[in-house]
Amino acid sequence: MKIRVQTEAFDLGAEVDSIRRERTDIGAIASFVGLARDINEGSGVAAMTLEHYPGMTEKALAAIVAEAGQRWPLQDVTVIHRVGRLLPGDPIVLVVVAGAHRGEAFAACEFLMDYLKTRAPFWKKEKTPQGDRWVEARASDDAAAERWN
Amino acid sequence: MKLHILYFARLRERFGLAEETLEFSGTTAVDLLSQLQARGGVWAEELATGRAFRIAVDQDIVALDAVLPENAEVAIFPPVTGG
Repeated sequence: MKIRVQTEAFDLGAEVDSIRRERTDIGAIASFVGLARDINEGSGVAAMTLEHYPGMTEKALAAIVAEAGQRWPLQDVTVIHRVGRLLPGDPIVLVVVAGAHRGEAFAACEFLMDYLKTRAPFWKKEKTPQGDRWVEARASDDAAAERWN
Repeated sequence: MKLHILYFARLRERFGLAEETLEFSGTTAVDLLSQLQARGGVWAEELATGRAFRIAVDQDIVALDAVLPENAEVAIFPPVTGG
């Protein structure tokens, strides 16, 4: 299991290779990459800044990964979340899940993102033509996390 | 007893404060909110009943009736928006 919070970009291919290396028991790898968009809530977004709660962030991500491991038989998980200043098109978050079969890999990948979005202490601030604004939490994200209960 | 309080994101900006150590005479998170609301202004506004925020004690999210231990690290922040 690998959990990282970092300002630098990440490389999906390198992270998948890192999970596969020297293993032949993995049957399925599912991955998700979240990207910064240039529009949100009808306004252009020139840049965003991601703030987090150092210490709790890593703890919350580890708890979410542990919960996924209790729900599905996973072989490995990587979660990388960026912080700091990001531009449209920049990758923000990466989840890679390895399992014996696609069912658990797909499901756990979606579960991890749904829980991360509602439980991990990150906050986005966007730069728009109308000024800087903090992104508001969405009820649809709460609903997405709730369906796993 | 003493508590170490951390504020994040919109709350940090509105309060103009990232962290503080304060003397706390209450018991639960609700008591702490009352103490902070009594400062008036943005404190009363942002921490009013019905406003959306979260409280973590020693880096775990807790309910408002949670008892705050001596020297706890208590964080108050808006609902999260990562991912």
